[in-house]
Parts: sequence; C-alpha cells; structure tokens
Amino acid sequence: MGTFSETTVLLAVAAVKIAFVLVFLLTAIAYLTWLERKVVAHIQARWGPYLVGPHGLLQPVADGIKFIMKEDIVPLEADRVTYWLAPFLGFVLAFLSIAVIPFGGSFTFRGLRIQAQITDVNVGLLFVFAVTSLGVYSVALAGWSSNSKYPLFGALRSSAQMISYELSLGLAVVGVIMMAGTLSLRGIVDAQSGFWHIGRVNTWLPHWNIFAQPLGFFIYFTSAVAETNRVPFDLPEGETELVGGFHTEYSSMKFAMFFISEYANMVTVSCLATLLFFGGWHGPVFGPALLQVLLPVFWFCAKVFCFLFFYIWMRGTLPRFRYDQLMSFGWKFLLPLGLLNILLTSLAIAWHEAP
Amino acid sequence: MTVLFYICAALAILAALNVIRQRTPVYSALSLIVVLCALALVYLLLGAEFMAVIQVIVYAGAIMVLFVFVIMLLNAGKETSRQRSRLARWLGVPLVTAFLAEILIAVWSQFPPVAASPPPPPDGSPAAIGTLLFRSYVLPFEVTSILILVAVLGAVVLAKKEF
Amino acid sequence: MVPLSHYLALSAILFVLGGAGFIIRRNMISVVMCIELMLNGVNLAFIAFSRFRGNLDGQLFVFFVIVVAAAEAAVGLAIIIAVQRNRDTLDLEDVDSMKL
Repeated sequence: MGTFSETTVLLAVAAVKIAFVLVFLLTAIAYLTWLERKVVAHIQARWGPYLVGPHGLLQPVADGIKFIMKEDIVPLEADRVTYWLAPFLGFVLAFLSIAVIPFGGSFTFRGLRIQAQITDVNVGLLFVFAVTSLGVYSVALAGWSSNSKYPLFGALRSSAQMISYELSLGLAVVGVIMMAGTLSLRGIVDAQSGFWHIGRVNTWLPHWNIFAQPLGFFIYFTSAVAETNRVPFDLPEGETELVGGFHTEYSSMKFAMFFISEYANMVTVSCLATLLFFGGWHGPVFGPALLQVLLPVFWFCAKVFCFLFFYIWMRGTLPRFRYDQLMSFGWKFLLPLGLLNILLTSLAIAWHEAP
Repeated sequence: MTVLFYICAALAILAALNVIRQRTPVYSALSLIVVLCALALVYLLLGAEFMAVIQVIVYAGAIMVLFVFVIMLLNAGKETSRQRSRLARWLGVPLVTAFLAEILIAVWSQFPPVAASPPPPPDGSPAAIGTLLFRSYVLPFEVTSILILVAVLGAVVLAKKEF
Repeated sequence: MVPLSHYLALSAILFVLGGAGFIIRRNMISVVMCIELMLNGVNLAFIAFSRFRGNLDGQLFVFFVIVVAAAEAAVGLAIIIAVQRNRDTLDLEDVDSMKL
C-alpha cells in the first residue's frame, strides 16, 4: 500500500465496508419481511407466502417490484417539502447508526489493520442515541404534512411515545457504561471477553453483561420495542387498524421507505442489544485464519437473528397496549426502575472496588 | 479539516438566514435543526465530542421536538405581512449589517487571525467532563436540576386547560 | 488550522441573525426560535474559547446553557400556548395590551 496516501487508503477501505454493509443490510431487511410473514403465519396456523418462489422466498422481490410500480398518490393539501422529506429522513437516519456498530474483531490484511466496523467513534453509543432522537422527526413530520386527522393524531402519539421511551433507553444502558468504563461500542464489547470469575474460581459463564445487568436488559429491550413502534407498543401505528397512523397518506416508494426504516431500526436495536448485553461477537472461535475472522461475524449475526426472531414472535403473540397504559408504563414504571438500576449498579461497583 | 469547518459554517449561516426568512414556522424549525446539526459538527471539529453529541440529543432531538409539537398543536400557519413603516424596512438591513460589522471589528482586533500556536486541545471526552461537572461544578449542577424541576411544574401549570 | 477569530465571526453572525429575527418575526414561536439561535451563537463562542485556551470550563458552561435553554423553551412555549388559548392569536402585534 505504499503508492497511495494514507487518507486515500482509509477512504477506500471505508467505502468498501460501507458498500458491503449496505448491501448486506438491505438484503437482510428484505428477507426480514419474508421471515416476519412466515413466522407470524405459522404462529397463526397458516402458511404465509408460499407461491412466489420456493416457500415464498422470492416474495420480497415481488413486493419490491410492486412498490416501484404502484401509483404515487400525493394528497392535494399536503405540505410539499415535509411530505417528501419525512420518509427520506427516516430512511437515512435508520441506516446512519449502522456506521458505528462493530460486527466482529479486527484482522490484518496485507499489512493493514481492518476493524469489522465502519468507524469506531469514542462516543459511539451516544451517536446511536443521537440518531434515534432525530428519528422522531420523520414520524412527526409525516403525520403533520399529510394534512389529515388520523395521520396527525397517529404521528403526535407516536412521537410522544418515542421521546418518552428514549429516556428509559438511555438510563438502561448507564449500568453497562459504568461497568465497561467507555462509551465506544467496541470498548464495551471488549470488556465482555472472557468468563465470569467468583474469587479465583472460573465459572464457565461468559463475561456477558446480561448476567450482571438483567434489569438493565429488561428495561432496554422494552424501551427499544416501544421506540421502534412495534407490538405491543404499536398503537399509534395500527390503532384504527384500517387507517395506518402516520403513514396513512403515503403510497408506493415513500411508504416502502417507512417500512424499510422501521425494519432497519429493529435491526439496529437488536445489534445494540447484542453488543451491550450479550457479548457482541464473542463465541467459540476455532480453525484456520479465515474462519477465525468470519466466525465472530457469524456469532454476531446469529445473536442478532435471535433478537429479531423474538421481535417477530412478540408480534404474533402479544396484544397491544392502550395509549395511556403505554405512557404510564414508560414514565411511572420504567423510568424509576432505570434509576434504581443505576443506583444498584453504582453501589455494586463501589463495593467491589472498595479497598 | 479546515475545509469542513467552512462548509459547516456556510451551511449554518444559510440555514440561520432561512430561519428568519421563512413565513411558515415549521420550515423555520427545520432550518433551526439544520443549524444545530451544523454547529454540532463544528463542535466535533473543535474536539468537544461529548458536547457535540449532547447538542444533537438534547437540543436538536428534544427541545426542537417540543417546538415542532407546539407548532403542530397550535396549528401555526403562515405569517401574513402587514403594512409596516417603509423607513424601518429600508433602514433594517443596513443597521443589522453595521451592528454585525461592529462586532466583527471588535473581535478581529482582539483576536487577530494570526495562526499562533494554541495550547493543546482539552480532552473533551465524557469522562473528563463528568469529572469536572461533579467536582468543581457540582453546585451549578444541583441548582440547574432544581431549575428544571421548577420549569416542568411551571410549564404544566401554564399549559393546563383548567384548574 | 482555523484561527479563533473565524469561529468567533461565525458565532457573531449567528447571534446577529438571531437578534434580527427576534425583532423582525411576528409569530411568537418563531421569536422563541430566534432566541435559541442566539443562544447557539454564544455556545459556539464558548466552545471555541475552550479549545483555544486548553481547558474544559467553556464546554461545561455550554452544558449549563443547553440545560437552561431547555427549561426556558418549555416555559416559553407553555406561555405561548396559554396566550393562544386566551387571545386566539399567535401574532405578537395583536398581543399589545394587558386587557383581553
């Protein structure tokens, strides 16, 4: 790599990583829709997509073609700028947080140290929260710009729900940050390597944060489900189920963008849950050098897949919260519980480090 | 790096001009969000990484959401322009420019753009800010927490429909 | 290396634009938004000084400015909601007497 300047090499490596991750993520989201329909169907004792391709595997392709070819209807009184801005904003923000998520360990390639992560920021976790905070706008603007009753109410409820659960989301991970001592996502995962020891005895339990922060995980995952507007917190989206909440007045590609950004948010949240609580890419690693590089990525994807399956499982099983139950759950239950978690974690850390 | 600052500065200034020029409050709010994000990038360039992220999370992600909510709830429409004195309109822009020029001259004379070597940049990490916040600045921290409590109570009381 | 005066110039421009908007705009919510613009100009000046003096006090002050701006925005918007409810207008020119 001597002929190119360091900046060029860095940019080229980053571009390759971005292309790779984007393609992988988009395919994953497309097949996540397939998986959701199949799993929910089997929970409801029916087949799900079956005709298009073997076991309906080409269904996402068919859906994509349908979305592109549908007529794009824009309401007459809709506010032009925000009507177009909202889905694109949601789409961009949904993919932005993938930039700091580490997929695997680092490896050397022709003398170049490459991390399986697009960029490692010191405040990586806060960056993801920042992007989540900005995601409220796509919902609020979508509902307002449609200039119609149901989308406006759906949007207001949905954005109020999102900003309420952002608080518990932030508080839930403070325990993890205290234990890891850093906000960088790679640092948090590195702090979870090895096994838990009681005194000198090695319990063969991986040093994952879930064993130390079960309450934190519960609060985090519940808030994350509420944040992504999924069942059982999807009242703003499917309230009067005929009318679709904030994306009622959208059709074809823009609706598809809302759809894709919802699934991308699900993927981001599941990735964060594995990174923060389940040890990220740590898992049994063996074999030749190529396998040593690919196996952590495989473990990471497997754990994320488990979370996504859990999301879909919840959708097929649970009824939805009423709106006032939802808000009081977030403010009066999860928020005090998060504060209690911080208190307990800091007491435990102080006691552990006391001379 | 320096090019990035000038790009962000231009973006911030254009968006700020848009904030004061737009008739519809929603567009002003969106332009203000652009200003906040551009400033967050400038803070990153200045090494204040924690403050940059806090700016996006709190300012652009919570305070501006409050603004957008209120604009939607109150159904704030376009401003209509009424008859105003011609003198004010013709004097306005030159006076503002004169004021700006005065500030810039004062700043420029005090801190001439000589690339003198500044001291090393401070460590803007959350750990450093937290240490300072909870040691030297713990009194303002506690006082602002009471301030926020008072503000919450005040906002609830003021916006209630009936007692 | 961007010199300090350029950061301060940007801060001054944002402040002056906010001040001009504060005087020009007639919608109450836009006026409060221009106040926020002025506060941001000041924040930038604090952080620039913090960088060029090498200590963190400037950034801490920005922290408190953001907190106070949040409290002020909340109360200000609550007042605007109350005024709109009583006088049915968001125009500052119409809210020029204490009588309803």
